[in-house]
Amino acid sequence: MESVKLTYPVDGDDPMGAGDASSQMKLTLKKLGLPSDLIRRAAICMYEGEINMVLHAGGGTAEAEISMTDITIRMVDHGPGIPDVELAMQEGYSTAGDTAREMGFGAGMGLPNMKRYADELEIETEVGVGTTLTIRLYIPAQG
Amino acid sequence: MTIQHAVYLDEERCRGCTSCIRSCPTEAIRVRSGKAEILSDRCIDCGKCIAVCRRKAIRAKGDDMAVLQEFDYRVALPEPALYGQFPQPVDIDLILSALLEMGFDGVYEVARAAELLAAHVSAHSGQTGTPRISAACPTVLRLIRMRFPRLISQLETPLLPMELAAVLARQEACERTGLPPERVGVFAIVPCSAKRMAAHSPDTFAVPVLDGAFSMRDICRVLPIHMRTLLERGAPIPALRTAGGEGLRCATARTAGEGERRLSADGVENVIHLLEALEDGRVPDVDLVALSACACGCQGGCFTVENPHAAYMRMEALAQASDRAGEQAGEDITPLLEHVRPLQSLPSFLLDEDFGAAMEKQRLIQELEGRLPGLHCGSCGAPSCHAFAEDVALGRAREEDCIFQVRAKMQDLSVSGGIDDYLPAPFRRRTVRRG
Repeated sequence: MESVKLTYPVDGDDPMGAGDASSQMKLTLKKLGLPSDLIRRAAICMYEGEINMVLHAGGGTAEAEISMTDITIRMVDHGPGIPDVELAMQEGYSTAGDTAREMGFGAGMGLPNMKRYADELEIETEVGVGTTLTIRLYIPAQG
Repeated sequence: MTIQHAVYLDEERCRGCTSCIRSCPTEAIRVRSGKAEILSDRCIDCGKCIAVCRRKAIRAKGDDMAVLQEFDYRVALPEPALYGQFPQPVDIDLILSALLEMGFDGVYEVARAAELLAAHVSAHSGQTGTPRISAACPTVLRLIRMRFPRLISQLETPLLPMELAAVLARQEACERTGLPPERVGVFAIVPCSAKRMAAHSPDTFAVPVLDGAFSMRDICRVLPIHMRTLLERGAPIPALRTAGGEGLRCATARTAGEGERRLSADGVENVIHLLEALEDGRVPDVDLVALSACACGCQGGCFTVENPHAAYMRMEALAQASDRAGEQAGEDITPLLEHVRPLQSLPSFLLDEDFGAAMEKQRLIQELEGRLPGLHCGSCGAPSCHAFAEDVALGRAREEDCIFQVRAKMQDLSVSGGIDDYLPAPFRRRTVRRG
């Protein structure tokens, strides 16, 4: 069976708009009748991705692909890239500026949170080119 | 059980203008055959459509007061918002006395029940997920059941203060009069259509615990006359009020406990926005979230008569002045709550029970939506192209209901020449083949 594909733009200049994509995705996932815990995990992953794009990459695209067996979220940006992925994965590490921190962001929990809630997390990044995060969550078999 | 909505359409006034369909936060209205139609399982009785209809075709009403005649003993259950509906600050005792003067045999303040309920939930707050959600608002409760079922476990209580008031008032009236419960009528005086809906279609009880709900608007038409009569008579006004400030605040936003942090939101869009964040656990460091679907809390209900901001200010002043009152020990309501059913989720948005079938429908919706103009013109009667695509997938509409689809089809026909068969010669695209 063919999958369901969802695509949302993420604006780089609007911190309040972070969460719009994940909210919209969430409504579709609810309409599909997926388990609420899975929906919540998927929403958190996409939301963290949106925040990262707004803070670091000047926006990008949030995509979700739903198949019968999993949800694959892809966060694609053309921002600065991540020079040291291992460091970025550490809890509490953040390169967010003062303004972002004043707004309550930049706690260094974005990527660690995604890793925590996702079943698979893959980071493709190149400095100066951009970053693509691929997050996979498994859909439990029905019945 | 089918929901008895209090919102209805005045067919003569409605001309199918589609203003209402876009205002609806749950996309519950469609225009069919030139008239608005409410999808019952989607409606949360928020009253947005009532406010937005310029022809005043979407309306709501309270119960007819003739129903009072069916009972031997009648108790009025005024919602606290009633106290803020009078231009001058008035004595609550005077309002309650005027209700008796109007023909009720007893009064039981919903604010009193709200206080008892608040005391009960504070004592049992450990059983609720955090942050706790407080919503003495049937619209918010339905919204949570429909769209945020995960948050049901965070609700302080599914019970509305007016429902508890109804149970307590009936009990008290039976004890006082010796009448059987069915001869006692208990009637809420409500600020909105949602509470009338809730009075007849309870979420928490198998059968309604109220015998009716009158609109504040209807009561406010006659109550001032009785208040004036009482003042002119000059007899002392009996002390009837039992509720304190905390109870009055259930019409604005419940206060948090000692040392707790409270966040409140009013207005249905704001509530949805906050519920989204709550669902993902993105609301930082609060203990209690107080929600109300109307701006200014119950003062903004569609059955109120006073400016909601002015009424809100008055309610706050009343609540502050009443903080001493209502301190008498409250009875334990725990035994009464035995019959309260837990809230169930309402899958009103589900495309299909079967995941595979739901996926199929979702793909169909997206495919169709891709072909739609995205103007959200409303000509098809749905609030957006997406909602229309959903209607088609769910069999509620046909693709040809979209005028742009029809136009495209006409063009196709005319390009391929097919339409020529139906057109008179001067209008045909193709010249007649010779030979």
